[in-house]
Amino acid sequence: MANQRGLRNELGRVRGLGSAKEGVGHWWHQRLTAIALIPLSLWFVASLICVTGADRATVAHWLGSPLNLGVMILFIGALFYHAVLGLQVVIEDYIHGHGSRMVLIVLVQFAGFALAMAAIISLLVIAFGH
Amino acid sequence: MPSHPRPTSPHLQIYRPQLTAITSILHRITGVILAVGTLALVYWLAAAAMGDQSFDTAQAIAGSWIGRLALFGWTLAFFYHFFNGIRHLAWDAGWGFELPAAYRSGWAVIIGTVVLTLLAWIIGYAARGGF
Repeated sequence: MANQRGLRNELGRVRGLGSAKEGVGHWWHQRLTAIALIPLSLWFVASLICVTGADRATVAHWLGSPLNLGVMILFIGALFYHAVLGLQVVIEDYIHGHGSRMVLIVLVQFAGFALAMAAIISLLVIAFGH
Repeated sequence: MPSHPRPTSPHLQIYRPQLTAITSILHRITGVILAVGTLALVYWLAAAAMGDQSFDTAQAIAGSWIGRLALFGWTLAFFYHFFNGIRHLAWDAGWGFELPAAYRSGWAVIIGTVVLTLLAWIIGYAARGGF
């Protein structure tokens, strides 16, 4: 049955990482965050509609509810993780220089996590005051 | 060097645009737009965290005609990426690969995007009690 084993060697088969050399981790996390974002993003857009033109006190009152604050933090986490994973694929497909591709991916990942942190800190300050 | 011109593979410029290809590239374009839009979201949240004055400024920018235009574009990009993302998840689950099904779902995404975007803005204006 030598031909059933294909071209992959035993170590490669055991690691199960495939030709992309990283397994399905990236692909799977992109789908997980996509599924999470279906209810979270709909909730976010509905909330945005409710606070259009509102003053700061109204937004603070909205985020004063632990449920709203919690769901908003979940939304921010899923949103930025999904965005970083998506932008990484776009960069990998269209930027062909090895160095510039690596630098861009690192910048996007750092920016994504920094922006998520800034958003979450802002949410906590709005909810709990200065 | 070949002695006569070889046939080349179809190029974007001579390839007839198809719904399936357009919906595919639009998913990427709207994804990048939404990612850039997170900058505005973080600014808006940070402004609310900093105080009344900075938040009033952020709300004034969002409410200006250029702010509303950007938000309208963001809403279109959001609902497109939302519906087409569900279409992609269905494909991941192995559903809807046949060509007629792919065209039906493609048109459903486009119609759903336009309808939900208009609906969101109508509800938004109704909630504010006008312009």
